[in-house]
Amino acid sequence: MQVPAPFEYERATSVDHAISLLERLGGTARLIAGGHSLLPMMKLRLANFDYLIDINDLHGELGYVEAGPDEVRIGALTRHRELLESPVLAAAFPIFADAERVIADPVVRNRGTLGGSLCQADPSEDLSAVCTTLDARCVIRGPGGAERVVSMEDFHVGPYETAVADDEILVEIRLPVRPGCGSAYAKVERRAGDWAVVSAGAAVWLDGGAIVDARVGLAAVGPNTTGIPAISAALRGQEPSESLYEQAGAIAADSCDPVTDQRGSADYKRHLAAELTRRTLRRAVERARS
Amino acid sequence: MQVTMTVNDVEVTREIEARLLLVHFLRDVLGLTGTHWGCDTSNCGTCVVWLDGEPVKSCTVLAAMAGGHQVRTVEGLAKGAELDPVQQGFMQCHGLQCGFCTPGMMMTARALLDRNPDPSETEIREAISGQICRCTGYATIVRSVRWAAVAEAQAAAQVTETTESSEAGEIDNAGQPAEAVA
Repeated sequence: MQVPAPFEYERATSVDHAISLLERLGGTARLIAGGHSLLPMMKLRLANFDYLIDINDLHGELGYVEAGPDEVRIGALTRHRELLESPVLAAAFPIFADAERVIADPVVRNRGTLGGSLCQADPSEDLSAVCTTLDARCVIRGPGGAERVVSMEDFHVGPYETAVADDEILVEIRLPVRPGCGSAYAKVERRAGDWAVVSAGAAVWLDGGAIVDARVGLAAVGPNTTGIPAISAALRGQEPSESLYEQAGAIAADSCDPVTDQRGSADYKRHLAAELTRRTLRRAVERARS
Repeated sequence: MQVTMTVNDVEVTREIEARLLLVHFLRDVLGLTGTHWGCDTSNCGTCVVWLDGEPVKSCTVLAAMAGGHQVRTVEGLAKGAELDPVQQGFMQCHGLQCGFCTPGMMMTARALLDRNPDPSETEIREAISGQICRCTGYATIVRSVRWAAVAEAQAAAQVTETTESSEAGEIDNAGQPAEAVA
């Protein structure tokens, strides 16, 4: 039987209450939302905390997808299933539904949250790649209600490590909205619901048939939260074409840093990074045109 | 710590350790052993129960997190002596062999039919994709869920006194849904 080490359980009644608990308990405490990453790690004693602060009651406050004129705002406690079924995201960023369909399984998606996924900061995690692709901004709230907004690049400090301090909480993800956008996601996995061998997300912004901007986010091939500026630079101002996708795929393969493990060799993962970049760019352009 | 929740429409209060998982609370504290305990890693899905009407893997939910909420287990699926159509479907179509995955499969199937009364085979397979049948009897599980969908559609048609039951042709297994439900 896998059982976490003993801890005390607290339930937050508001975001401010959660922060005040974190202020008091510091690094001995951890927020728990869906719990589908944290509890398995605690069962294996890879993570041990004296206190767990349950924030599921804050879903009314932190569970939403809202479209604004300049950005789509998503509450950190929005669950995978809500992201998958969101009409706002389906219209603005179909990359979300592409990704959500291949994240874990429907039952796990009933619990897991966007904020929890990003805060877990697993290099193989799909929503981090999606948020990187869309150049997301992460809103972090701390004591006294002070908020700061960081890019994905600054949010991810390293594997399983984020910019969120011990007395802070990730409250919202903001996705900038620009005209002519198309986006897509593709994942190769060993079996349904598994972690990615490699995943890729792509977003393009078209104006008059030419690419104004493009970003690619990869998962499971090393630290990757920049959107791959070399791809953006190579694609800007160009007309979409197969040779352009080919070029972007080659850059993606060069830009990543995969390791050989039970999911595949580094060479195979590099091949996938190129191929999935091509496919998602192609799909993103189709969607931007339609 | 003390936790109070509603399990199968009955309010229960117990003194528990905060680290107690919901699956063990149900099985070991309440004695509801219909919910099975499998992989312990949220992969196999035999521990699926409902939390506020949504299927969840109870090996990865703390009992404390269910406090104040509604839990439903396989013991709460039948209405009195009358089996749920999903349970009847599993009987009629041999939806279980060893039975280990069955409680989780049935809870997910019931939730699927509540949202989508007429799921395709693909939709059923998608819904149970986080659950593993160690007998690999997926074909009969899918058939069982379809049986329940058709049975419920026929029962609803009977209630509204329409004679339209074109879907009955889909049932090529033993058992006749309309009679079984009636």
